[in-house]
Amino acid sequence: MVPRAGGPEDPGRTGDEAVEPNLFKYIWRHSRPEQLAILAIVVVSQVFYFLSLDLPKTIVNEAIQGEAFQAEGGQSLAFEPAGEDLGPGKPTAPFLRIVVTAPDFMKGVVGDGPIMIFEGIPLTQIPYLVALSLLFFLLVVINGLFKLQINTQKGRMGERMLRRLRFELFDRVLRFPQLQFRKVKQAEIATMIKDEVEPLGGFIGDAFVQPAFLGGQALTALLFIVTQSVWLGAITVAILGLQGFIIPKLRVKVLQLGKQRQLTARQLAGRIAECVDGSADIHVHDTSNYERAEIAARLARIFDIRFELYQRKFAIKFLNNMLAQLTPFFFYLVGGYLAITGRMDIGGLVAVIAAYKDLPGPVKELIDWDQQRQDVQIKYEQVIDQFQPEGMLPPEMQPIDAPDGKLEGPLVLANVTLADEGGARLIENLAARLAPGEQVAVLGGPGSGREAVALVLARLLEPVAGHIAIGPHNLFELPESVTGRRISYAGADPYLFPTSVRENLIYGLKHRPVKPPLYEGDALRLHEAALREARRSGNPEFDIAADWIDYESAGAADGQALEARLVELLQTVELDEDVYQFGLRGAIDPEMRPELAKAVVEARADLSRRLADPAFAALVEPFDPERYNKNLSVSENLLFGTSRDPALSPENIMDNAEVQRAVERVGLADDILDMGRQIAETMVELFADLPPGHPFFEQFSFIGAEDLPEFRALLAQIGKSGFGALNAAQRAKLMKLAFPYIEARHRLGLIDEAMEQRLCEARKRFAGELTESLRARIEFYDRERYSAAASLQDNILFGRLVYGQAQAAAKVGRLVAEVLDQHHMRPAVLAVGLDFQVGIAGKRLTAAQRQKIGLGRALVKNPQLLVLNEAINLLDNQAQLRLVDRVREASKGRGLLWVLHRADLARKFDRVLVLKDGRLAEEGPPAELERRGSAFAELANAV
Amino acid sequence: MSINQEVELLRRIPLFAKIDPAKLRLLAFASERISYQAGDELFHQGDPADAAYIIMDGNVDVTVDIPSGRLTVAKLGRDEIVGDIGIICDVPRTATVTADDPTVVLRITKELFFQMINDFPAMGVEIMRVLAQRLEHTNAALRSCRQKLDAAGLH
Repeated sequence: MVPRAGGPEDPGRTGDEAVEPNLFKYIWRHSRPEQLAILAIVVVSQVFYFLSLDLPKTIVNEAIQGEAFQAEGGQSLAFEPAGEDLGPGKPTAPFLRIVVTAPDFMKGVVGDGPIMIFEGIPLTQIPYLVALSLLFFLLVVINGLFKLQINTQKGRMGERMLRRLRFELFDRVLRFPQLQFRKVKQAEIATMIKDEVEPLGGFIGDAFVQPAFLGGQALTALLFIVTQSVWLGAITVAILGLQGFIIPKLRVKVLQLGKQRQLTARQLAGRIAECVDGSADIHVHDTSNYERAEIAARLARIFDIRFELYQRKFAIKFLNNMLAQLTPFFFYLVGGYLAITGRMDIGGLVAVIAAYKDLPGPVKELIDWDQQRQDVQIKYEQVIDQFQPEGMLPPEMQPIDAPDGKLEGPLVLANVTLADEGGARLIENLAARLAPGEQVAVLGGPGSGREAVALVLARLLEPVAGHIAIGPHNLFELPESVTGRRISYAGADPYLFPTSVRENLIYGLKHRPVKPPLYEGDALRLHEAALREARRSGNPEFDIAADWIDYESAGAADGQALEARLVELLQTVELDEDVYQFGLRGAIDPEMRPELAKAVVEARADLSRRLADPAFAALVEPFDPERYNKNLSVSENLLFGTSRDPALSPENIMDNAEVQRAVERVGLADDILDMGRQIAETMVELFADLPPGHPFFEQFSFIGAEDLPEFRALLAQIGKSGFGALNAAQRAKLMKLAFPYIEARHRLGLIDEAMEQRLCEARKRFAGELTESLRARIEFYDRERYSAAASLQDNILFGRLVYGQAQAAAKVGRLVAEVLDQHHMRPAVLAVGLDFQVGIAGKRLTAAQRQKIGLGRALVKNPQLLVLNEAINLLDNQAQLRLVDRVREASKGRGLLWVLHRADLARKFDRVLVLKDGRLAEEGPPAELERRGSAFAELANAV
Repeated sequence: MSINQEVELLRRIPLFAKIDPAKLRLLAFASERISYQAGDELFHQGDPADAAYIIMDGNVDVTVDIPSGRLTVAKLGRDEIVGDIGIICDVPRTATVTADDPTVVLRITKELFFQMINDFPAMGVEIMRVLAQRLEHTNAALRSCRQKLDAAGLH
């Protein structure tokens, strides 16, 4: 039984199709409790902020000027010092006395006078000052902590919202209709999710807190002014009103420009990505200047937009400032007039002007906030606009808690009509039936619409009319958790992820976490915290560290069985030999796979015995610590080891000061120097007549054309005064020539028997002259040890192929394969080969290899219906014939629908559907159709 | 065998006899020396032609595929050049060349071959002369063949 689409409601994804168009509503919906909590903290913090503003006055007036110590003390709101004479000479003031004056309506109950809550601690002047100052310091710390807390809360909330928004957008990308991907550029989508929503995160924290806070401040100041003078209050309100009216009007244009800025920047990102993707064509067709012009034109447009934006922004700022300064102008004029005519007292005027000082700050920030609000609202709208294409999959089609089910019954296509995104008809009124387990080929010439049939069955295309059913279910109403597991599809150009061959093969098994990882102790706590955080941001609670592989549908009990299944699959798609070669060329970490490393060393001993056979003896020169190896470079002979570190390659190793010293210490400096001189002489002689830039330099010379004159001068200098006159840099330069020299390959005859002996002797002492840390980076040749720096093949060979022996690689390769088979190591080598990294989009593989992996990926989950769309058309003819048989065999008893480009392959199928101009021309067993004049015969004979 | 010895060997070959030894050194240095065991193929009929081979030691068989099997058309030995037609005319290999006994050759890639002719026109003239001689030799063989056929009354 297949459950209908629709799993339990999933918190990470909005059920309704449209994204909330209003950013504020979106923020409020998802962060209400957090926003309220921060507002509460802000309110509480204001009390302490006010206290810290008030306290300095008390310190100055009462502690320093000593008002508190006179008989009639000054007044302070919270700290009520009143001079008290506690003894002869030294007056004291009460510290921290708290007095509350009851409000009028309470006076009947508690009496008229102030109520003393805390008497306070009597202190003399200096201790009083110290106490007040410490209190001030304490308030500073408290205020700072409040600020820290508020900012942290705001930041966390903003980041959570950003995470939620990004996830939601990505979630929508996964549900885009397939045709949408032909319209959108991936770089633009990536820019939107990555960059364009980023400023939203910063704003979200301030979305509600900032206006509440600033508005409160501004309102208080305004209230104060109004209480002092209604006239002045009216002026203030009027000018603020003017500001509030004019500025947003002016901003309309700015906002439009902001919109344009965002769009043009996004398109620029898209265009740059296009140029990167199309770089080959740009070079081939010499269109780089066209592209330069194109991008320059875009940059010019962006410049214009940005500059105009800039100008307008500052014009608005100017106007804003003017209006803000207009108010004091009126205060002086009107307030002054009122004061002179005696309708207002001077103290009031001064207080109003003082209060007004506190007004422009918050008002300006409020205006800024408003600008930012509109900015992010636009950004938000522009982004979400791109993420709600028509025909998006409803979330229920990709349920999180996935229902699973078998697909039973025949596949029935009833009057199916298919069209491309332009509306052109690809298939008209197709009616067909595929019995369970039937294997059918679909044929048709170009324009017959054959590919569309495969696409619609893989649900990559939706029919414009008609109905497709599997058993009782409408194919397009089944959730992906059913179709993605029971139906497989492979096209001609499968996408490979930039991971290993293995990961690409099993990609189609990762539907949901099958086995959660085991967490204990701290790891468990961290994991639970991560889960809580994910919930708060509306992200799913999946664990990427879990085991996601659906072993069951691969027909494997565990990882080991799956490995065997993969090997079997490699044989089915004829990729086993390629993967075996990847394995031989691959390297392993002997500490991670000690058994394989041990087996390799054993196979090495066996191979070494087989290589003694005269038929092979001339093909490989084994690594022998007692003998100079003519097929290794001088530096490899000296080190008698290799390194994976490119800094220690034969070309670069002489740059290492430590190696230079070691060469001197083992007494080889003169020999190497002389070798370098001979190479330099030969190169100067051979290449002297060639013009710089001649291809020979690149291909054969030890010395680049530009360095040739320098070496010529160097040789002349040696000729005159010997090696003694050379400086360190010149010596290093000459010695560097000798290190990559391989006697068997370069054949300059530089290394005679005596030299071989000297180099062998030096080799024994050389490693001892290197420091521990350098030695650790080198894998020394050791017959008994596996070398992590070399490939499996080189490890087994433990020697170098001799240069210039015809077909040595092939002959030795066959021998190595034989030995590996005898040691039963083939599966282990294949396992290493499966780790081969395929590169970006599988570019390290051939197109045929990519198709084979795509086919393997489709087969591994044992689908009930396998849909193949010209999936192996890049393989050679014979391989295609073999693979059709193998795939038919591998999917025996299950449905197979194969859209073929070669009609002769269709002869192997039970039944053939032949399409012509989007209609079913004929169907039936191929043998029956193969008569003169049939559409099938027409196609088959055209091959 | 070092480059210097190879140069000595090259100088004995008519094609290179008149070329400056320094240039031959460059040719030798830029070429690959390959050893074949008896029975190894240098190249097979129909393969793309990518190099010419100078036989420095040993002997090779030149065979062509015919419906009834293989026909040996020539045996070449030391100092002779094989595979040059393929790279000059840019056609696939017209015959299969197999080492008859252990054989050492100098393999000159197509690019190197043309590069040398470009850089040293004297070599081009020399090759022209050798090829013309070979053509003359073929013509002579053809003439004698015709005469024999005429004599037998089969023509």
